[in-house]
Amino acid sequence: MNFENTILTIVTFLPLLGAALILVTPKTALNAIRWTALATTLVTLALSLWMWSAFDPSNPGFQFVVNYDWLGESIGYRVGVDGISVLFVILSALLMPFCVLASWEAIDKRVKEYMLVFLILEVLMIGVFTTLDLAMFYVFFEGTLLPMFLIIGIWGGKRRIQASYKFFFYTFTGSVLMLLAIMAMYWNAGTTDISRLLTHQFPESMQIWLWLAFFASLAVKMPMWPFHRWLPEAHVEAPTAGSVILAAILLKLGGYGFLRFSLPMVPDASAQLSNFVFILSVAAIIITSLVALVQTDIKKLIAYSSVAHMGFVTMGIFAGNALGIQGAMFQMLSHGLVSGALFLAVGVIYDRMHTRDIEAYGGLVERMPRYAFAFMVFTMANVGLPGTSGFVGEFLTMMGVFQVNTWVAFGAAFGVILSAGYALWLYRRVIFGALTKESLKGILDLSLREKIVLYPLVVLIIVFGFYPSPILDTTAASVNNLVTHYATSVGLDPSVSLADARAPLEYAAPTGEAAPAAEHAAEPAAH
Amino acid sequence: MNSDVIDFASIAPAYPELLMAVGALVLVILGVIINKEKSALISWLAVLLIVAAGLTAVLNPADGVLFNGVFIADAFARYMKLLVLGGAALSLILAMPNDFENGVHKFEYSILAVLATLGMMVMVSANDLMSLYIGLELQSLALYVMAAIKRDDPRATEAGLKYFVLGALSSGMLLYGASMVYGFTGHTNLQEIVAAIAMEGRSVGLIFGMVFLLTGVAFKISAVPFHMWTPDVYEGAPTPVTAFFAMAPKVAAMSLMIRLVMDTFQPITGDWQQVVIFLSIASMVLAAFAAIGQNSIKRLIAYSSIGHVGFALVGLSSGTQVGVEGVAIYMAIYVTMTVGLFACILSLRTENGYVETIDDLAGAAQTRPFVAAIMAIIMFSLIGLPPLAGFFAKWQVFLAAIEARLFVLAVIGMLASAVSAFYYLRVVKTMYFDEPKSTFAAVPNELNVILAISAFLIVTYYFTVGNALTNWAHIAAGSLF
Repeated sequence: MNFENTILTIVTFLPLLGAALILVTPKTALNAIRWTALATTLVTLALSLWMWSAFDPSNPGFQFVVNYDWLGESIGYRVGVDGISVLFVILSALLMPFCVLASWEAIDKRVKEYMLVFLILEVLMIGVFTTLDLAMFYVFFEGTLLPMFLIIGIWGGKRRIQASYKFFFYTFTGSVLMLLAIMAMYWNAGTTDISRLLTHQFPESMQIWLWLAFFASLAVKMPMWPFHRWLPEAHVEAPTAGSVILAAILLKLGGYGFLRFSLPMVPDASAQLSNFVFILSVAAIIITSLVALVQTDIKKLIAYSSVAHMGFVTMGIFAGNALGIQGAMFQMLSHGLVSGALFLAVGVIYDRMHTRDIEAYGGLVERMPRYAFAFMVFTMANVGLPGTSGFVGEFLTMMGVFQVNTWVAFGAAFGVILSAGYALWLYRRVIFGALTKESLKGILDLSLREKIVLYPLVVLIIVFGFYPSPILDTTAASVNNLVTHYATSVGLDPSVSLADARAPLEYAAPTGEAAPAAEHAAEPAAH
Repeated sequence: MNSDVIDFASIAPAYPELLMAVGALVLVILGVIINKEKSALISWLAVLLIVAAGLTAVLNPADGVLFNGVFIADAFARYMKLLVLGGAALSLILAMPNDFENGVHKFEYSILAVLATLGMMVMVSANDLMSLYIGLELQSLALYVMAAIKRDDPRATEAGLKYFVLGALSSGMLLYGASMVYGFTGHTNLQEIVAAIAMEGRSVGLIFGMVFLLTGVAFKISAVPFHMWTPDVYEGAPTPVTAFFAMAPKVAAMSLMIRLVMDTFQPITGDWQQVVIFLSIASMVLAAFAAIGQNSIKRLIAYSSIGHVGFALVGLSSGTQVGVEGVAIYMAIYVTMTVGLFACILSLRTENGYVETIDDLAGAAQTRPFVAAIMAIIMFSLIGLPPLAGFFAKWQVFLAAIEARLFVLAVIGMLASAVSAFYYLRVVKTMYFDEPKSTFAAVPNELNVILAISAFLIVTYYFTVGNALTNWAHIAAGSLF
């Protein structure tokens, strides 16, 4: 029992303690429940940051490992994090306090149950990223369905029941096939220990099937076009905090799964099917961006833009080189912040006006200047404006994929243009224009609680836009390790995949910045 | 020493059965002489008796083959017996609150339950076609009466009659199969049948006999296409009786099935595998689709239990030790979930009596949050959603199927479980997403305790009992090989 072998268990299961406390709190003591939830999530965040500070980024392997056999031979208790998973743990822990704060007044019925399921959801989300047991990965991955189904179904909007069912069935059907693949992997390799499976060589005939079964689940979760149909409804109907968690964390489970399983464990299949993924990614980027343009519902527009942004992630992952994967990692983390922030921002005006219709707004800048500023930063980050975190990921993935397939990069570039189109148009319709609507004349600017929620995200988005190295440095060693393994497995020269990647990375060596140096010139303070 | 005199110590492996048999007779006498109003005493004594039998099996684990080879006690039998006893004892406790309303206030009810349980224990320990049939009939006859115990209620009487007619049919098939097997191998002892098959090889008559035997057992576990009685009997019988039917008899019949196919018909694995795979797929798929249209809770549970038998058979289809282990774990978790499920239904009473339809549950989450939460947990667990126990049950059986390369079966089973999620979720949806319509009466304490325990086990399976249960099932399955 020391820091090394307990910290991950504590970070994962601490929210359960808060849930237990809430369980024994009487349900009329609303503030006690809210404060308990907030305190729990804050302590979890603090502990996860402490864990990050003790994390050694130069070590590409798993750290803080615990490894026991448990439940017969097939399932164990194994945890550990590497450069790929550690930041997702931080992201999950980081967004939870914001979610609790965003639900502070917006949720006024069944508060006790709400906080309870949210804390349980946190355990499951962190568990997905910390577990090193394949079966337990499925347990956590699939377990998130349960609280999310309840969150959408109980606290959602008008069409919540249909949305929650759709969410459940899309994901559940995909996932049961992944479960069979997991069983087949155990059968072939004789272990569910991920750290051992990573080096196990699966027979080539089996790889395609494993890849497809994993794809069935991960592509729905991600979601990739055309498996995204559940997402707009779930996002739209979920309460604000539910949308934040869905967009910021649950979608990342898909990308994480591709990075953790598809690429390293079944590399041959990944290489063979990478063109298939590229086609779907580019289709997602272009088609869903166009769909986003015509939406009249703010949340739906952001939901479709999420699908488009996830297209960059899958494209980067299956580019299979260090640049693409680093970019995909960064894009996922940045999208976690940006989409979370956007949904929180929509929540602010929804709480006031109780409508998500774009038509119902206009000219908000006159009454809500602070809000307009925060929303602008989030919109720009969503567009991928240089100087925001959204830029770095898109740029890196496009560079990564350019080296593999120029046409894919060419197609993806349209997404950048289109995203500017729909995001800026949304911003103009909601924030600018004349404030003519009677109902908006009395609208108030951000309250203290909302400032506490939105401002830190503004800061983080800008800081990571100019200074992405905390993220890139943490992931670099593990990603390089993954790329080397992948390249050797599929018969490429690993130095090519790596060397190509290192050049731009080393170009900005002092900060680890991979994006153009022009920004550094403009913003020397970042150094 | 005279061989007619049996040394009492030498029959130690059968102590639990003897205890139950003697105890049942003592309870009959007690029941006749004591005041009619004190039937609760008999119920508690019956529970005590069953617990005592369970303790005897645990504290005095003796293996052996007795009574000229018709009775076998091994780790597998012990494991299954404990499940049977546990299921029986819990369903007796479930029957205690509101026993008048359910018609189970007569002292004969508990005694019949004890006798049925004894029959199941004999089934589990049967090592001969004769003892197999005797156990099965002792169980069935007691169950027919239990189904019709509320004799003024036409629905219960109908259920009892239906169960009797179809049960008798299945017994006939089983006997016919047994006679064919005897005719083609010349033995009734299971071990000797194995030896005979191994020596003489398979023959058409033997296969016929095997199929008829399995058909008889498939009736008892209500596997499709021999499931027709289940929804009607479950719906018609008083709820505590349904609870009894849904647990212990299923476990006993399943263990009979396992012993028959893994032991007796082991040399013709390829032949019985086809039968079991068919039963499994048919049960999973039919139950998943048929349950969607149900509005009666008890019919829904009936289809759900048919589906779960199908999932358990997935493990058995593999014909391996891992598979048997999976089925053993599956049945243990199934019993836990079923106990909780019936405790939930029995605790939700409106002024008009017990809830009958799913719509009656509307808004239960707001009026009875504790029961509703546990019912939701059980529903998610029945779906097989991790991290609840139901997932680990499915994990074990499907793992066995994959190891035996039964990929098609595994894929169909998984998709069926996705479909079945639809009707389980409907219950959760009605309780949580809909507005309350009626108020519910207070929950009796016995039920609260059972609810809390079963929910605790389901939720914390991975951390608490999972490891012990897995090891134990491993030992149990090992004793068959």
